Order: sequence, then structure tokens, then C-alpha cells
Amino acid sequence: MSEKVLTKRFEISGYRGTIEEYLATGGYQAIPRALKEYSPESLIDLVRRSGLRGRGGAGFPTGVKWGFVPKDPTLTKYLVCNADESEPGTFKDRDLITRDPHQLLEGIILASYAIGCRTAYIYLRGEFVAGAVIMEQAIQDAAAHGFLGNNILGSGFNLKVHLHRGAGAYICGEETALLESLEGKRGLPRLKPPFPASAGLYRLPTVVNNVETLCNLPHIVLRGAEWFSSIGSPKSTGNRIFSVSGHVRRPGNYELPMDVPMRELIFQHAGGMRGDRRLKAVIPGGSSVPVLTEQHLDTRMDFESLAKAGSMAGSGGVMVMDDSTCMVRAGEIVARFYHHESCGQCTQCREGTAWLHKTLRRIEAGRGRKVDMDLLMDICDNMKGKTICPLSDAAAMPIESYLKYFGDEFEQHIVERACPFGSGGGS
Amino acid sequence: MRDASTISLTIDSRPTMVPQGTTLLDAARSLRIAIPTLCQVPSLPAQPGCRVCLVQVAQDGAVHLRTACSTPVTEGMEVLTEAEEAVNARTFVLEMLLADHPVDCLPEERGGRCELHALAKRHHLFSGSRFARQRAPFPIDDSHPLIRMDLNRCILCRRCVRACGEIQGHHVLGIAERGDRSVVIADDGKPLGESTCVSCGECVAYCPTGALAEKGPAWNEEVGAHQAITTICPYCGCGCQLDLHVKDGQVVTVGSNFDGPANRGSLCAKGRFGFQFIHSPDRLTMPLILEGSGFREATWEEALDLVAAGLREIAARHGADAIGVAASAKATNEENYLLQKLARAVLGTNNVDHCARLCHAPTGTALLSAFGSPAGTNSFADLEEAEALLVVGSNTTEQHPIAALPMKRLVARGVPLIVIDPRRIELARLATVHLAIRPGTDLAVLNGMAHVILEEGLWDRTFVQDRTEGFEAMQETARRYPPEVAASIAGIDPELLRRAARLYATRRPASIYYTMGVTQHTSGHQTVLALANLALLTGNLGKPGAGINPLRGQNNVQGACDMGALPDALPGYQSLDDPNVRERFESVWGRPVPKRPGLALTQILGRERQGAIRGLYLVGENALLAEPDMTETEAVLRSLDLLVVQDLFLTETARLAHVVLPAASFAEKDGTFTNTERRVQRIRKAVEPPGQAMADWQIVCALSRRLGTPMMYGHPGEIMAEIARLVPIYGGISYDRLESVSLQWPCPHRDHPGTPVLYANRFPRGRGRFHPVEWLPPDEVPDSDFPFVLTTGRTLFQYHTGTMSRRSDGLHLLEPEPYIEVNPIDADRLGAREGQKVAVVTRRGQIVAKTRVEAGTPPGVIFTTFHFSEAPANRLTNPALDPVALIPEFKVCAARLEPLNG
Repeated sequence: MSEKVLTKRFEISGYRGTIEEYLATGGYQAIPRALKEYSPESLIDLVRRSGLRGRGGAGFPTGVKWGFVPKDPTLTKYLVCNADESEPGTFKDRDLITRDPHQLLEGIILASYAIGCRTAYIYLRGEFVAGAVIMEQAIQDAAAHGFLGNNILGSGFNLKVHLHRGAGAYICGEETALLESLEGKRGLPRLKPPFPASAGLYRLPTVVNNVETLCNLPHIVLRGAEWFSSIGSPKSTGNRIFSVSGHVRRPGNYELPMDVPMRELIFQHAGGMRGDRRLKAVIPGGSSVPVLTEQHLDTRMDFESLAKAGSMAGSGGVMVMDDSTCMVRAGEIVARFYHHESCGQCTQCREGTAWLHKTLRRIEAGRGRKVDMDLLMDICDNMKGKTICPLSDAAAMPIESYLKYFGDEFEQHIVERACPFGSGGGS
Repeated sequence: MRDASTISLTIDSRPTMVPQGTTLLDAARSLRIAIPTLCQVPSLPAQPGCRVCLVQVAQDGAVHLRTACSTPVTEGMEVLTEAEEAVNARTFVLEMLLADHPVDCLPEERGGRCELHALAKRHHLFSGSRFARQRAPFPIDDSHPLIRMDLNRCILCRRCVRACGEIQGHHVLGIAERGDRSVVIADDGKPLGESTCVSCGECVAYCPTGALAEKGPAWNEEVGAHQAITTICPYCGCGCQLDLHVKDGQVVTVGSNFDGPANRGSLCAKGRFGFQFIHSPDRLTMPLILEGSGFREATWEEALDLVAAGLREIAARHGADAIGVAASAKATNEENYLLQKLARAVLGTNNVDHCARLCHAPTGTALLSAFGSPAGTNSFADLEEAEALLVVGSNTTEQHPIAALPMKRLVARGVPLIVIDPRRIELARLATVHLAIRPGTDLAVLNGMAHVILEEGLWDRTFVQDRTEGFEAMQETARRYPPEVAASIAGIDPELLRRAARLYATRRPASIYYTMGVTQHTSGHQTVLALANLALLTGNLGKPGAGINPLRGQNNVQGACDMGALPDALPGYQSLDDPNVRERFESVWGRPVPKRPGLALTQILGRERQGAIRGLYLVGENALLAEPDMTETEAVLRSLDLLVVQDLFLTETARLAHVVLPAASFAEKDGTFTNTERRVQRIRKAVEPPGQAMADWQIVCALSRRLGTPMMYGHPGEIMAEIARLVPIYGGISYDRLESVSLQWPCPHRDHPGTPVLYANRFPRGRGRFHPVEWLPPDEVPDSDFPFVLTTGRTLFQYHTGTMSRRSDGLHLLEPEPYIEVNPIDADRLGAREGQKVAVVTRRGQIVAKTRVEAGTPPGVIFTTFHFSEAPANRLTNPALDPVALIPEFKVCAARLEPLNG
């Protein structure tokens, strides 16, 4: 059994994540340590050596991202914690925020110190009402204890943290749309380059890090880069929290080494298939990634292995479907989501998400036409790699994979003019 | 020569070299390869949402699709604009857009302008989209008097939203909802006509499909091919280039011309929608002669013979100086040149002036004293480089909307804006510091600012030492205006005054813009000197982003001044006293040039000198409504032996004339206008004048023949050639050159590129001169009988005495009637409700108009405009003149308000 790091305190009975509890369990020890033992540059180097990669979806190496921030001390820099967790099937950040908010704050303080940031923002998903209350309290308590504010622990380092609540748009989890939204504008993704590290919030150097990414920092500072990189695979180091949902016996968050095999995750930790039905499909990294099947069960969950299997590690949301599932219906639901969430900026995505949804809906309702499968493939093909942000790809790739692995099922819908699973209700 | 900043690449296998930073789109354009675009706004950073400009880019072995509008070129790129993958991607986008695009939009060859239609044709997409319509039809929004919004045509390219927000700074249009439910809305979803839209029509200019279009035929009917004639807007002095679209001899619409150097395609409501006066049924088509109590139509021969005989008789009886000529800031340079030549060389008098007397006469007198040249120093383009901006007495967003665009862009990027104005105008709302002064106290405030700058050592010692004179005397005077004193005169907080001074003096370069709020006072000349003092003190002259810039009120008021339509200067501000100058003019004109300076317009039409002028030739000027104290003006006009009015319409003034001559409008003639930036630009004939109307220059030539000194020109270009010979600042200007460029004077010779920024190295008078200037209260201040200060001005949708704007239906609908702005506190006290009729009474008369309760107008002040003959503001105004510039004090007189029932 591997050691839990990020969710270790969740197991303490009655732990509510107050600052007293956090302090009593070794919390906030990384800050004096970092302020004393590390210069900002050496802290960046530590994180680079740890191999920590972003847990939001793209898996970019955190230390490298920090290294892109200009060192010019006269430039204002911002750290933004992306807590807009909205990827369907993903619910790990919500737990980290509500159950151990100070772990996140400690990570934010460390990251801010490393990049020279004096004002940090937490962009919190609007629906996380409880999280907002908890986080506000945590910020106040941390300030009262001298971990935030001016001259933190007598080091001369100042930091303010502001909580900003989103207003319910999935696209604001995309970092540049998030920054637009944080500036008070419509959440439309920006053209990159420039990347946020050079021109982010208010066009100033900005690092945007995911909640889970930041939560790893105190542990890396306290236990070292070598300890961290010894967990997982060489390129996917550390633990990751997998949010397992769907037709398993014990859905929930599981913190495991990055390279845990999918079979172990589903059948051991999540308790296996509900009712011992046959596993039909697994979405391994949130709704945006291509689906995998039974044949991929021995794939490990690290970035490289999943990519090799034709999917992505994404946000760690593992959705498991058994053989009672209609894959057309599943595709329709995913397509409905992206149709609803496309910002509308790029034509392919704005119109394409609508047409994917519409076409899938009619196939599922038994009104599909022979040409519709080609049409779906053509729409998907034209949505990929041609837009400002990856939402369009995220909408197209899963549907493509459903067609790839479950094309027969689609055909059956069209030929039989009905859903063989009897679920053609439409949405 | 090749250097590091040049990039070489191939596009469609053709090698090319372009400067670093060029986009693929522009690089392709330079090879005449047209990559389609739908969302691109050339003047703004790319936001490549439409994805139509995708091209295939190969570099370092990797092949990608890239949006050409947003991708900068890099060394060694191989670009294929028509690669199969790119064309497929593009076609897919078009197919998606066409699914929801109605087929009733018109293709180019039938007079439509739908860019989607044109692209679809290019990509052979009319066999039908695989996608069916999925949007429910939108009702057409017809609520705006000028703009029709048909969202069924909208392709969500967002060009309108960006034009409205990022170019014009209005931020009225936006997108609501998201994804395929996205929809363009005004404000928070109001009908366009009820929104805060200011009708500039920038959205119309940028809309590729006619979803936002001007009402009328352009987008909505088959109109066939138009001819577009590039010319200059006839309203204010911004000098906006525009295209008149002509069909069957009629101007059918005004289009943006994105090459316009002053406006880069932007226009305001007047420029875009104020053209219908050209074809108004009210246009004069025949000369008119007063007979008995009415006019009768006459032939040109008869009318001109009568005018010539009348003028000759007056000259014979009373001398040439009993004749006055009023030239016109609406007429061309060539025409103004001929009018002053007519006065001087044909009639033999210097009694020639024009309406600059009523607007920027103090600018002329004061800037000439301070620098040796009477014009604004900088250009709109270099305003973008300013680090601070001081705007005094200018409601720029309404009076010079296009000059306000770079100002709003400065504010958007955080540059401090200081506004000195009694009213809380739009710019004041955007300002870092707004000094809401009592009308007529600007001079005290400017002296107070000089005081702070001196006291806090914020002045530019090097500049003052190297390039100025008269510092000590100015310093002496400024000492008497500590912020507390100046602020108490102006009724403002001294701390705000200090802040304004510090912002202006410490952020460099800093630019000054001003208009009538400064000049239309009995202290106008002195106040402009005070502005010049500030610019000299801080070294804000001779560089981009700095300077002192009067915004000119009429399309060619700068040119009319340049052309010597002034009683005390020959063309090009050359001295009447200088024998060498006189000799040159006399040798070209072949006639003596009278030496004695003539009378100013305000003297000609003022009671004081009534009788000195017996005959007046008034061109393009509605003096009765424009001059102060209408009762007095009317008495003087009626007392003349001969009044000749030459105009487009039978104006209120023309009704008092003995002879009325029908003139051609700007759209019916060739010539040049000089804008507020000293930019000389060509205007071009687009349509024929109505009936027998003729261009002013032709009328003047015809009249000169009858007066015995014929002026013969075949084309205005020949007149410009004569101007270039005699006027050094126009020396290098010719129609040949103006065909392709505009030129900012001074442009002394044919190879000179013109001068965007004046005084880089020296002032025309040598050193810049400081002047000690003392504040004096306005001529007429409130008392118990007349407790309010009445101040007058213009509104966005109307123009001057309304002769043009009130005959343009669209503008008239937007601001149809006169109004009196009253602060809510005063309105409450007097019991005047919004919309209630109220009488404004001054010592000179009264007018009646509806009350507009307006918190932006301060307590104790009332405001009205002078556009409306049914409530003529100048029945009220005080004709007291500035002693130097001879401008009347339009901006302050004492008044009382009497609410009426009903």
C-alpha cells in the first residue's frame, strides 16, 4: 500500500482542516523552511528537480513554467490558483479545498515566494459555495497567524491572497479565459503566445497552477525532490488523486502513485465493477479525453502510458462504464456538455459542438442517417487543432474515440432506427 | 539591403522578404495573395475567431495550420495558402456559417457587400451546406433611426463589438450568451434605438454581412454598382476621409475609407449619416433677387451684374473700405484664397474675414505671439505617444468625436487625463482629474498650475533656458496665483488643482487640447497664452505626444485662416506691412494690395461700427444665427445697402439679402480642405450641383470679371499652383502630390514630406515667448436679476446653425429640438420638470425651449446649443469682444430662467 501524502490528513478522524489542526499535524512547516533555506531561484530548481507536473490536465512541468517568469524585480507578478474545477468526472480539488484548505494556502505561499509574487488569486469555481466559505476563513486565519500579509515570519516577504469566485463557465478553467474573467471580462481564451508567464493577468507575468499541483509543494519542500521523484514513473512523478466514478462499487477520490495500473485503480481501490458486470469503457482523464476499453486495463495511469494507449491523463477523472451503457448516449451527453460550454469565439467550436450534439441526439433517437457517421468524423476532424483553445479538441476527441471503438453500436442505432439499449430519450 | 529585422519566407512558393513582426496575412497581401478573412480588424490586434484565414505553414520539418491574421512571419517559413488541408478547414468553416446565413443577402455584383457570400462563391459552396439552419429567426431590430440590426445575417465575427469598444471606445455592443447561442446585443440587451448607442456607425463600417447596416438601400435592395469617390467630411475640423457612394448621380451612402490619415476609417454620426443635405429639396438652384417683399429667380448674368453694380456704386460713393467680404470656413482653400484676393486685389479692401473670428481667433493671435505661427503643433497619430493629456474647454467626444478616439485609447491604457470644463462631460467622466471650474475662470486655473509647477520645481529648466524668453515676467505673474487663490476663483479644490499640475508637468510628453471653452471669452487671447506658457514651461513642444492643439470647429477653418481670409494678414500669415511680401503679391496679382488692416467680422456685424460697411458679400455663413446678440446682428444686416449671400440654402441670413447666389456643396466640387492638424487633403467632385448652382470659386471668378479684374482659372488645381507660389508654408503642395497623400504644412518645397510636429528645433519667431497673463472676470457676471451663467455649445448630432445637419433626416431624428440643460438642484428650486418649457432671459432677449435636467451641468449654470433657429441661443449672448482677438464672449453671460406652463 502506497503512502498517502495529499490526502493524508483526510484520514485523521474528525479533521476539519482548521488552522489549529493543520498546525498540530505538521502544517505550515514548509514556509519557514523555504524562507530560510531556499532562495526563490533554488526553490524553483527544487520543484524542477522533483519532476512535478501540472495536475490540471496538460501536465506541464511546474518548475519549468515558473522558470519562464521574468526575474525583473520591478515587474509585478501574479500567481493564480486555478480552482475552477469543472471537468466532468473530476472532483479532487473540491476535496483538497474543503477538507484541507491550509495545505493549498501553504502551496500558494511557496509558489508566490518562488516567482516573486506579492498578490495571488484563487479563482474558485462558482458552485463551490462551501469551498468559498472555508477558503475565506482559511485566508483570514493564515493572515492572523502571520503566514500571509506583510513581512511573513520576519522574512521581508509580503503576500496577499484574494479569493475570486467564478460565475459558472467551464471555459474559465482554461487559464487564459480564467485570466480574462478575473480581469472582469467575458471568459474568452486568449491567443497564445504570449503565454501567461510573460503576459498574463493585466498583461503582467503570471503563473496559473492547479490546486493539486500547489498542494504538493509543502511536501516537496519538507521531504525533498528525490523523495518526490522516487514515486511514480520517471517522467510522471509523485502521487496523483484519481477521481473514480461510474459503474464501480466504491466511487471516490484515490491518491495513488502516478503510474498505478488502471486495473489496480478500478478493481482494487474502487472495488471493481458494480454488480460484477463487464467493463465496457473507461474515460481515464476527464470527459475531454478519448475513451479506452477493456483491452487497455493494464495501462498505467501516468502521462506517457495513457498517451501511448491513445488517450490522456488529463485531470485524473476516471469514468468507468459497464456493458449496460449505450455509447451513443454517452457521446450525446458529453457532446451536450461541450455544446453548452463552448465560448463561441471560434467558428469550428461554436458551430461544431452544436452539430455534434445535434447529430448524436438524432442517432440516439433513432433518426440517424447513414451519412451521419461520416459527418461526425468530418466534424471532429475539422474541430481538432484549428482553434484558439483546446475546448474544440476536447469536444471532438472523445466522440472520435467512441466511433473508433464502438462504431458498430452507432451503426446499429442507425440501421435499427432505435437505441438498442432503449435509452434514446434525448437530451 | 537585408538586416536582422527582415524575414525571408515563401508564400505559395514565391519568395518574399518582409519586416519582422509582419503577419502572414500582410506578407501575403504584399504579394497580392488574398487570404480570406472574416473577423480581422486591421487596426487591432488579431483575435482570430472566425478561423477562415487558416493556411498551411511548414517550418523546420513540421507542418501546421495557422491563422494568417495572427501569425507573425518567421525565417524560412513555407506557407501554402491553398494547401488542401487549409482549404478544407476553411471550407468547413464557411459551410458552418452558411447554414445559418439567409440567402436573401446580396452578392457583390448586385450591389451587396456580403463578404461571406463572396467567400462562399470563391469556395464553390452554393450547392448547399450539409448543415441545416438551426437558429430560430431573430426579429429585425428596427428601433434605431439610422441603423438596422438583422441578426439573421450575423456570423458572430465580433468586428462590430471590437469597432464599438476598441476603436470608438463606446462599448455599447457586446455578446450575450455563449457558444452557438451567442448573440450581439446593445448594452444589456436593449433595442439598439433605446441603447446608449451614439450612432457613429463604426459597427456598420466593419460588419461583413450587413447584419448591422445603415437603413436605406445600400444593404437592403438591389442597387447595382456604386461608384465610390474619396473625399473629406464637411462637418468639423477633424478632416476625416470618407467615400461618397454614388449611384445615378445621387449620393446613396457614406462609406469608411480606411486609408484616411486623420481618421483611419472611423467616422461620427455626422460624417456617416449627415449627407442627405446634399440632395435636400431646399437647395438653392437659381440666383434670387429681392423684389418688393419677396425673392424672384434670376439668371446668373442678371444677379452678378446687379452685385457688381452694387459693389461698384458703394466703392464709388463710400470708398472700397465700405465693402466687406465674409469668406467661409466651409469653402475650400482655393475658394478662400480667391475671396480674399477678390477683396484685396479686385475690390481694394482688407475687410475680409470669416467665422474663425467666432471660434479660434485667440488661437491665431496668441500662438502667433508665443511661437510665431498660429496653428496646432501636433497630429492625432502622435497623441498616442502622450504620457499625460490636458483637455481644456473641449467637449471632444461630442464636438470632435474622431479626435476623441486617440484620447479614449490613452485613457484605456492608463494615461492620466486632466479635464478642465465646467460641465461633467463624457471626457470628464473618464478623467483622472476633472476641474469643474466656474465658466470664465480657466485663466486663473492655468496660472495656478504654472504656480505649482514653478513652486515644486517641476519645470524643464533646459528647455526654458535654451528655447524661450520672457520667463521672469511670467514667473512674476504666476506667483500671484497660488493654488488656494486660483481654486477659490474657479470654485474648485486646490488639492485637485495641484494634482492636475503635477500630472501634467511630470508625465512627459504631455499634450494639451482645447477648444471654444478657452477661446470664446473676452479673455480668450490671454487664456491661450496661459496654455502656451504651460507648454513652454514643461518643454512640451516640438516632440510627438506633446504640444498645444486647438481643435478646429469647421472642416476648413484652418485653411480659411491659412489662405488669408483675415483682415490683418496676407495668405500664409504673411504681414501686410512687409514691403517684400506686398511686392510679391502685387507682382503676381497685378494689382496693389491695400495696406490698412481691415475690419473683423464681429466689427463688421457689430453695432459699434454700424455704417462703416455699406455692402457685404457673405459666403457660406449663417451670420444671423452664428453671431452674438442676434437682435443687433439683424439690425446691422438690415441696414446694409447691399447684402449678397452665397450659400447652399436660403438660410435665415440669406432671407435678409438683396441677392442670393446658389453655391455648390462639398460633394459637387474639387478642392482642398486643411484640417486641424494642418493636413491639406483633396476633396473630389462626386455629383453635379443642383440646378444652376456653381462652385464658390467659379462664382468668384465670374464676379471678378464683372468688376473689371478678371480672375481666370480652369480648375482649382491652378489656384493651388498660385497659392504654392505665394504662400511659403504651402510651397510644396500641388494636386499631383495630393492625389496620393495628404501633406501637413509647413511644406515649403516639392520634395518636402510635410511637418507632422511643429517646432522640433526652433520656433518661427526664434525663441518661444512666455507672456504674463492676468485673470479678469467675464464681461457679464450673474447678479440678482440674472442669477445664472448661460454657456453655449454644440451637441453631437447637430452642427452649428443646423443648415446641413437639420436637413439630414437621420441626424435630425436623433436631436430634433432645442433644449436647455439645467442642474437638478436648480430645476427643483425653480419647479422646472424634465421636458417642461422654460424661458431663458438675458439683457438682450429671450428664447423658449424644453428643460433637460442634467446633473453634468453644475448648479448656477445653464447650457444650450446654437443649432436651432426656433430658439436661437445667440439672441441671448453677449457681444462683448476680446480686445485682441475680437472674439465674442459666447461662453458666459448672465441669464435668468422662467419655467412656463405646459
